[in-house]
Amino acid sequence: MSVELDVFVGNTTIMDEEVYQFWLDGYTVNDAVKVRMEGGVLEECEASAEVLRSDTMDQYRTFQMCERLLHSPAKLANQLLFQIPPHRQTMLIERYYTFDGVFVREVLGKKLSKGTKKDLDDVSAKTGVTLKSCRRQFDNFKRVFKVVEELKGPLVENIRQHFLLSDKLARDYAAIVFFANNRFETGKKKLHYLTFQDFAFCAGQLISNWTVGALDNMLEDMDVDLEKEFLQDLKELKILITDKDLLDQHKSLVCTALRGKTKAFNEMEANFKNLSRGLVNIAAKLTNTKDVRDFFIDLVEKTFVLPMRLPCRSDKWTAGDMRLYLTHYTNSAHILDTFKHQVVWDRYMGVIKSCILKMYHD
Amino acid sequence: MPGKLKAKIVAGRHLPVMDRASDLTDAFVEVKFGNTTFKTDVFPKSLNPQWNSEWFKFEVDDEDLQDEPLQITVLDHDTYSANDAIGKVYIDIDPLLSCEAATVISGWLPIYDTIHGIRGEINVLVKVDLFNDLNRFRQSSCGVKFFCTTSIPRCYRVALVHGFVEELVVNEDPEYQWIDRIRTPRASNEARQRLISLMSGELQRKIGLKVLEMGGNAVVGYLQCFDLEGESGLVVRAIGTACTLDKLSPGTAPNTTTHTNTHTLPNTAPTSNACNSPSKDSKEPVFSEDPPHSLSGPPTPLRTLPSSSPPPFSPSKPCSRQSSSSDTDLSLTPRIGMGSGGSVGKEAGPLKTLLRQHTQSALEQREFPIFTLTCFPPGFLVHVGGVVSTRSVKLLDRIHNPDEPETRDAWWEEIRQEIKSHAKALGCHAVVGYSESTSICEEVCILSASGTAAMLNPRFMREGCLDTGGSDHRLSRQPHPGMVGSERGEGEVSSTWLGFEDASPPSCGFVHIPYDEFNMPFPAQLTYCYHCRRQKVPDVLFTTIDLPAEAEVTGKGCLIQARLCRTKKKAQGEVNATSISNLLPFMEYELHTQLMNKLKLRSMNALFGLRIQISVGENMLLGLASATGVYLSALPAPGGIQIAGKTPSDLSYDQHISTMQKRIDDTIAKNKELYNIHPPKLFTLDPEAFTGLNTECIEEVVGSPIPDRQRSSRLFRSTSESSDELSELDLSHGKKDAFVLEIDDTDAVEDIQSLLTDAPIPAGFYSCNTEVMPGIHNWTSGLQMFTSVRVYRLSNANLTNQGLNKIFTDLCENLLKSLYFKLRSMIPCCLCHLNFTVAVPEEELIQVAVTAVAMSFDKETQQAADKALTRGSGENEEQLQFSMEMCGESTISNNQPTAKPSGVPESAMVHSSRVSSSERCSPLPEGRSRSLRSTRSLPCGAPVTVVKMTPLSFLPGTRIVKYLGIINMFFIRETTSLREEGGVSGFLHSFIAEVFAMVRAHVAALGGNALVSYSMKECVFMENPNKNQAQCLINVSGDAVIFIRESDQEAIPPLLTSRQTSSTGADGTT
Repeated sequence: MSVELDVFVGNTTIMDEEVYQFWLDGYTVNDAVKVRMEGGVLEECEASAEVLRSDTMDQYRTFQMCERLLHSPAKLANQLLFQIPPHRQTMLIERYYTFDGVFVREVLGKKLSKGTKKDLDDVSAKTGVTLKSCRRQFDNFKRVFKVVEELKGPLVENIRQHFLLSDKLARDYAAIVFFANNRFETGKKKLHYLTFQDFAFCAGQLISNWTVGALDNMLEDMDVDLEKEFLQDLKELKILITDKDLLDQHKSLVCTALRGKTKAFNEMEANFKNLSRGLVNIAAKLTNTKDVRDFFIDLVEKTFVLPMRLPCRSDKWTAGDMRLYLTHYTNSAHILDTFKHQVVWDRYMGVIKSCILKMYHD
Repeated sequence: MPGKLKAKIVAGRHLPVMDRASDLTDAFVEVKFGNTTFKTDVFPKSLNPQWNSEWFKFEVDDEDLQDEPLQITVLDHDTYSANDAIGKVYIDIDPLLSCEAATVISGWLPIYDTIHGIRGEINVLVKVDLFNDLNRFRQSSCGVKFFCTTSIPRCYRVALVHGFVEELVVNEDPEYQWIDRIRTPRASNEARQRLISLMSGELQRKIGLKVLEMGGNAVVGYLQCFDLEGESGLVVRAIGTACTLDKLSPGTAPNTTTHTNTHTLPNTAPTSNACNSPSKDSKEPVFSEDPPHSLSGPPTPLRTLPSSSPPPFSPSKPCSRQSSSSDTDLSLTPRIGMGSGGSVGKEAGPLKTLLRQHTQSALEQREFPIFTLTCFPPGFLVHVGGVVSTRSVKLLDRIHNPDEPETRDAWWEEIRQEIKSHAKALGCHAVVGYSESTSICEEVCILSASGTAAMLNPRFMREGCLDTGGSDHRLSRQPHPGMVGSERGEGEVSSTWLGFEDASPPSCGFVHIPYDEFNMPFPAQLTYCYHCRRQKVPDVLFTTIDLPAEAEVTGKGCLIQARLCRTKKKAQGEVNATSISNLLPFMEYELHTQLMNKLKLRSMNALFGLRIQISVGENMLLGLASATGVYLSALPAPGGIQIAGKTPSDLSYDQHISTMQKRIDDTIAKNKELYNIHPPKLFTLDPEAFTGLNTECIEEVVGSPIPDRQRSSRLFRSTSESSDELSELDLSHGKKDAFVLEIDDTDAVEDIQSLLTDAPIPAGFYSCNTEVMPGIHNWTSGLQMFTSVRVYRLSNANLTNQGLNKIFTDLCENLLKSLYFKLRSMIPCCLCHLNFTVAVPEEELIQVAVTAVAMSFDKETQQAADKALTRGSGENEEQLQFSMEMCGESTISNNQPTAKPSGVPESAMVHSSRVSSSERCSPLPEGRSRSLRSTRSLPCGAPVTVVKMTPLSFLPGTRIVKYLGIINMFFIRETTSLREEGGVSGFLHSFIAEVFAMVRAHVAALGGNALVSYSMKECVFMENPNKNQAQCLINVSGDAVIFIRESDQEAIPPLLTSRQTSSTGADGTT
């Protein structure tokens, strides 16, 4: 005897969140059944493995049928095929668009192209995320990217409205889109210690401060691209390192402010010029697309993140030290009478400061 | 004459891409009614077109309005080639034809294509302007309301019950051989869909005409079925109960109930007295008809038939026993003529004719005293006799003249006569809870009918009215000689009723035997009623109806199923039919035995909602009996089950038996605990007190000319041996209250095994196949209707009967297990109205389809309620709650406090009136907001109206305020890319989901928010995996309604009260 056909259809579509997660994670029906059996649902409900299998198959089918709708979540709300209570719809969408941190780290900043998709099996092998799940996540990124690309207005808001995602998830997607669009390099070894959330935070900073939309929400262009004018203006900051007087003046101001306030003062004093040079050079180079891509590497290599992480323990700056240093470094520039680019400086340093603080960890 | 149908096409959305180049669609719409077609403009390059068309107006006869659906086709415009059809929407206009139903159809309806399924949605507006037509000879029956609900609809009061209406129409099936055909699949599917839609419309209109002729205004318990007879054609048939319903005008209703009933009765004082004020003194029923022949008649032919099994012994059984007489009813279609002996079984012929003559004399005050209702207004049901059922095997032949469907009509006629005579044999004048079904395999067709013999209170049936109904009824069909009509005196009948004073207390009256205890139509143990101690009751009661509201139940009920599989040789034509009809009695007998055993095992004494389905396949027959077992407090406690061995000498065998016995006893004890069956001590000890009576009646039985009757207290495994061992066993087991199971062969051992291995229901679950579960009252609004379909392929090897039985039982059990598992999040919950349908679609395939509703209930308050309520008094508050529209104020005031503490009935009335008035005044926007309102309980307002569906006639915690009309839809879905659609399961899964979606959309378009009395009547699935093809036909029906939550009542702002007055006035005038 074999079951030829086995379906269950409820007027309200029944969806088990646990099975949904298995499906999203790319488990085969058999694997899902195995895990469920180990999970103890059976004893709870006096069911047999056969029952579990039938239920899992049913759920998988339902999810597959729903998947089409999940691709444009707005449709889920006004489609007629499945009667799903709104809070379940929200759950379905949110979970469908949720991604694995390890996976996204692998593709962050990469072009969302067919080529990248082809390499997903490597990613899958490396991260332990199933290929199926990798593909879904990748396709999600791509889909969101494509939709938002052509839209005007604030990025996060667009994503939230079109994909009905939570604010948090919409921000994450904004970061992914932003990274993909600007092709920020994140895969270098030196950056490996950074998590997706670190990058997402930085992306949020960049989006809300350095893009066109940052200044005027309703401007025709959207906030996926860095504002060209601003990048141009950043070149002016070079004066801080090219003008020797200014550099010295800056250093003395910072050192005066810091003296006695931190154990790492000596280190700070010794490294001031290097650090300042690094920071300003990054700013000055951002007009180059190539250098934009290397923004995060530069941040780590050329400014303090890396050097500060490496020296012997006693010399190491604490996060507090770093905050202190950056605050004074930024503020002192305002006191320099010959430095005229206060607005640009603040806009630049505001972001850099918060990015560095975010990235400044093990 | 006359009606103007108006349709407006507003917009489309989610259309499929029809032009690959642009990824867009140039859509336009054709609106067709009858032979008139209108078109919208093409809305270029959009998947969400906005047509905003003018109003397309069709001036049509109301006859056409009833028959024809409005047909909307969405097409993709193509300049160079033919326009491509995207899909269609059929809209049934019928709900708009009754002033009390919907006023407008408006909303998003799925565009359906038989090959691709749902392809986007279309927003339409449809209205009808009807001109009154008082022509006596009109062919239309606009305005007659149809309800699938098998009880009096919630917001109506029944003034009169006119009785049975039936009709059938036949046609050639345009495309029954779906695999090899000439037309394109789409064209042929659509032709079929359209034809069936037309035929149902016509059928409904014809039934409506009959109702009007009878003086009624509604059909309740409307049951429409399709017989896909293949080569011989397509039959659409329907039965129902004609009623005169009064809409309850809110506020005024309750008090008038008894009033109206009384003054509509022609015979005045005595009758109404008898019904309305049950006097306390008891009196034996007096029958005016001659009892002996009704008793000796049916059993005799039986015994002359070698094939037929000896009758089992519960009161319900004579029916199935008698059915065997018609089982042999094998006659080729053309030969059957009305009234000819050929239609009757060979041996049974003369006897049956005799019987018919008898039955024609006294009881028959109308053609068919048959009612499709399963749930009745209080007091309607006086006594219940037991189940009556009939099966008949027919050979199908081509229907030569579709306009005169005489043969099919005659078949059913015969069956109903049979049913009627069975009822008469049980001393009953009516059959309630009646239904009909067919099972077809190739050219063999089993027609089945079953119901419950009952005595009804005549106050709901005005004699004169019934009589004219009867004769008119006959006029509308072919006059036939077999029937003698209305000339019989109803005086005689009514005198029966008059003489029969309803003296029983209402709560136990219905279980009292309607037949004469000294001339029992079948063997049964009678005792005095455990409730009133005045009248006799049987030891076990089987019925097809729902548990009456007044019934007192101890503990809870549960679903009881008997399953059976029988192999049969492949054969053709007459040989095949004969072998089937020879098998039927055995199957009925065994199913009955199983039911009885399982009932005893659960320590229960009555079955409600019994439904026995026998399906025929090429090489096997499937039998499935489902019912809800309960312990009726008024009936005696069931005895245990005793196992008797055949070879007592063997020691190990004895041991085996005693372990078995112990297991059975343990199970019974466990079940008692599980179902909370603890009858008061007083009664359990009682049997002793009744000994005198018992012996008396047993003696009577023994003394009767039919020896088989002795076996009233035991069950035998197989019939052949029973007669010899009879006396011996009778001596060895003197205990009259115990059931004896004899283990004389391996079958029986397996039987007992299977009895014991019936999987227990997981904790927190209850199940029943009736409307509500006895013993559960506090339903929450948590509700999940579902359909589950399984098809099993049998491997060739195990085609023995036992093997098959095992497989079939496992199949059903596993299906139930799966359901429990799926619905575990709803615990504590009860699966109500579990409806199993079995079929043998192909050789070696078994298909089981289940539709039911899972309803969760509140455990905490449940326990509290259990404690608080004295036994019996509060058992059925749920039902009373819902029947209070009918039974008036007293019920409300009595039950309100316990049932729904928060509910204030008066305000509920206010609310309902408000809704109905707003519906009436402003068709569209109010209707919309209305339906959205009810969805507001969900976290955020869903853009799509939530439509609840349930096979029950009510939704717990809500009040139905308006019936919008019947939904009856037929869909065909086909695929030529089965694998790509996820195989058979994927295909059927999406099709059922689509059907649900379309039903919901149509309910919402009528302004409703729920479909009650939902049923999936047909689910025919065919596949051809080699060709990667599959096809499925589904027929669903139900009543579209508007409900409001009971808790909403409090939320009604006071200012509405003023509006209410005006709306009540409006109601009064219409």
